[in-house]
Amino acid sequence: MRGSSASGRYDGLLFAGFAIATLLAPLLLAPFGAGYPDLLQRFAIYGIFAIGFNILFGLTGYLSFGHAAFLGVGSYAAVWMFKLLSMNVIPAILLAVLAAGLFSLLVGFVSLRRSGIYFSILTLAFAQMSYNLAYSVLTPITNGETGLKVELSDPRIFGGPAGGGLPVPEIFGVDMHTTTDVALFGFNLQLNVGFYVCAAFLIAAFYLSMRIFRSPFGMTLKAIKSNQNRLNYTGINTRPYALTAFVISGMYAGLAGGLLACTDPLAGAERMQWTASGEVVLMTILGGAGTLFGPVLGAIVIKYAENIFSSFNKAEISSFYSFLPDGLRDAMTSMTAAFVGDGWQLTLGVLFMLAVIFLPGGLMEGLRRLAFWRRPGGEPEETAARRPAE
Amino acid sequence: MGIVVIKDLNKHFAGLHALRDVNLEVEQGTVHAIIGPNGAGKSTLLNCFVGRLVPETGSITFDGRSLIGLRPYQINQAGVSRVFQTPEIFGDLTLLENVLIPAFAHRDGTYRLNLWASLEGEGDVRDQALQALEDVGMAEFRSVTAETLSRGDKRRLELAMCLVQRPKLLLLDEPTAGMSRADTNATIDLLSEISETGITMVVIEHDMHVVFSLADRVTVMAQGTPIAEGSPGMIKGDPRVQEAYLGAAPA
Amino acid sequence: MNAVLLQILNGLDKGSAYALIALGLTLIFGTLGVVNFAHGALFMLGAFTAVTLNHLLTLEKVVVSQTETTAWGTPLEIRTPYAEQIFGDFGQFLIDYSVPISILIAIPVMVIIGIVMERGLIRHFYHRPHADQILVTFGLAIVLQEIVKAWFGANPIPTPAPESLRGMIDVGAGLGLQPGSVIYPVWRFVNFGFSVVVIAAVFALLRFTTFGMVVRAGMADRETVGLIGIDIDRYFTWMFALAAVVAGCAGVMYAPIVSPDYHVGMEFLVLSFVVVVVGGMGSLTGAVAAGFLLGILQSFASMNEVKNLVPGIDQVIIYLVAVVVLLTRPRGLMGRAGIMET
Repeated sequence: MRGSSASGRYDGLLFAGFAIATLLAPLLLAPFGAGYPDLLQRFAIYGIFAIGFNILFGLTGYLSFGHAAFLGVGSYAAVWMFKLLSMNVIPAILLAVLAAGLFSLLVGFVSLRRSGIYFSILTLAFAQMSYNLAYSVLTPITNGETGLKVELSDPRIFGGPAGGGLPVPEIFGVDMHTTTDVALFGFNLQLNVGFYVCAAFLIAAFYLSMRIFRSPFGMTLKAIKSNQNRLNYTGINTRPYALTAFVISGMYAGLAGGLLACTDPLAGAERMQWTASGEVVLMTILGGAGTLFGPVLGAIVIKYAENIFSSFNKAEISSFYSFLPDGLRDAMTSMTAAFVGDGWQLTLGVLFMLAVIFLPGGLMEGLRRLAFWRRPGGEPEETAARRPAE
Repeated sequence: MGIVVIKDLNKHFAGLHALRDVNLEVEQGTVHAIIGPNGAGKSTLLNCFVGRLVPETGSITFDGRSLIGLRPYQINQAGVSRVFQTPEIFGDLTLLENVLIPAFAHRDGTYRLNLWASLEGEGDVRDQALQALEDVGMAEFRSVTAETLSRGDKRRLELAMCLVQRPKLLLLDEPTAGMSRADTNATIDLLSEISETGITMVVIEHDMHVVFSLADRVTVMAQGTPIAEGSPGMIKGDPRVQEAYLGAAPA
Repeated sequence: MNAVLLQILNGLDKGSAYALIALGLTLIFGTLGVVNFAHGALFMLGAFTAVTLNHLLTLEKVVVSQTETTAWGTPLEIRTPYAEQIFGDFGQFLIDYSVPISILIAIPVMVIIGIVMERGLIRHFYHRPHADQILVTFGLAIVLQEIVKAWFGANPIPTPAPESLRGMIDVGAGLGLQPGSVIYPVWRFVNFGFSVVVIAAVFALLRFTTFGMVVRAGMADRETVGLIGIDIDRYFTWMFALAAVVAGCAGVMYAPIVSPDYHVGMEFLVLSFVVVVVGGMGSLTGAVAAGFLLGILQSFASMNEVKNLVPGIDQVIIYLVAVVVLLTRPRGLMGRAGIMET
């Protein structure tokens, strides 16, 4: 906090670093086998989702178990925009953010009348309600179990049904699926329009989150988490602050949902399920709730792990254990198989528990400790040396 | 008319008549102490005043305005700041942030969506906050996390958080509870300085040393009602007070 | 009138599941101060105790007949469950009554699971923030249900009630109404009766035993009970085990009604949390009353007349009630002040 210019410069560097890393992601992640568009898009989209969730949970401490509902609303809104207006992604994303924002205003207004566990249960209840309705009476809007998708018969206003196949989302005439292959440093980089659209939104989302973190508004949100009672006696009406944070995070979720629809124009109710809400919670706490960069890191780790773990099949595992005698090999294969492929959710649950038990501060806290552990002197000087005498 | 006028206040808790027909007036610019044995209703009175509890009957007027039915944050915005018996601070935040929050609340009111402004850019509010920390002698620790402070230091921080709002009335609930003699004396000095700036103070206190060093007027409460009121000298000699308080149940 | 009676009866069986899960949640929350998102998983594990026993008992020995052939000319396979082979007629009885018998197995199993869970995990979270408790038990719920999924697959597994309890009762005739107007499955009556017995047993245990006295004291003021020299932790472990048994038994009895799959617990958990909130956090009677109330309300909402009036109401009625209750009576119908207010 001291030396305002120093801290301002630090933020500038952080943001520049983030933006550059995001833009270079196809190169940076290529060595991990994660440099292909589909996965990169998911990193960026779920990064946005987690950054938004963190503005609510990380700053105010309100634990929502219903944010997947806003993501789902965003997806539906975007697909409807494709069906009715145009295949351009910009109006689709605008409507997605707007719809999710309005819906989160409603849910937040009611849920924030309670705090703590009551709040978590209320948000969970709203999400389940949306999920149930999406499968039943709202079928005309959501297309039920089949899911909502772009069809040839859509009455689109601009760029109506063209000859040939299904239209794909585009941004001002450029197809979202357009990919340019570039060979660089021995990697074949796939530079994909869809990814760069997501990346641009991710960078903007990160920037807004950073502004919020450094603003009086963000400080008040942190104070809500720290001591709501004191805040009341300090002349601040906490509810509208929390509601604003809730709506902002709901809009982030809507943006993520809209982008999901832009990369693949379909929307299904399963995106609103409680497991999906739980996933964004996990991303945030695994990365580090309340930190700027943690949620993005958490989203990348989870989506990367999902990609790795769920891609294995039994034959691959079996060949991995080929050095073992047959009986043991079969046993190990079926043991491992429980955690990969369809069993990926089990790994997710285990990760979840390990993160909460052993890493209460998330990966960012772990990295921080590692950094101080490696540096002689241990603790950061600030807290150690500047503590007042007692 | 005093700055605080309380008339015929009554509050029950499931059969316990915690406040009965309380009448109290506090003059502008004075330090008014409320003393009495445990369970006399002092804290209940304070909680009714700040909006934590709602009395059944009676009126509370502050600065010509009724406080009944207002929420705690509205009462604060009307110019009342409160120091708690156990310091209530923002433990996860730095000292400077702890003082910045009330400073912003004083400037911006109960809600303002200033999420685009930067903390660094709000120079005048920062200066006020730093000045308030300076006033309680803690400016050099502004980057320390508040949780790590000692209890006495937390109390001083809480005081800074109240003072930065330039309140018309400062409510103090046992400001020296659990302090050493030296800390207590330091607190008395600090509070005297504050009172000299013209802020009205209402102090609930057990420590008679504090009461007699600070107070201009003293109200004695017992069993939910004021039984005596006067200058510290008068109260010292009042036989009713000795019976109800000093004699019967020394705290 | 008949329709109303039928809906009340229909509501009772869902209601009893809600009530039993909510009862356990409230017990754990009231004593241990822990919000247990894995409680639905305990219900699910109970249901799968019944599935497992049924599965084990019906394991068949296949003998290929040397003499007889099927209509297609292939050798006839004679399948005999091992249970029948070993125990004869008694084996047949075991298979038929596998669900009620599962209760006997579920009790020790759930006690062990409960103790392991409390000692191994929950205990270390007593002093962590509620958010951490929610998160870790949420993770545990996923783990438990995914293990069950890996073992039993994702499809619902039909688990039949005993033959003799599979019929219907003509309630209408019994009450002097038109015969056949209100008929109701026997097993659901059994389930309801069982729930009432369990609830009564839990309340009696709390009221009339030393264990119950300590637990009630712990619910009122945990610190003090610890201070007067009672090893409250040991009581809490048993408390947790008791809640696990209640949820597990509810799961066993419910197995013939729903055909359990791996995520049946979570569906019930979400609703049971809502039930707890409506009943009032920390109130055992509130949990039970709200459980039955919401069960009945839900079954009324699924009547066609109501659904035609308000489409989709059956899907959301419970949540709507919760929202209304929380807005008008924030502490629920019978909640105590100051519980989880922060």
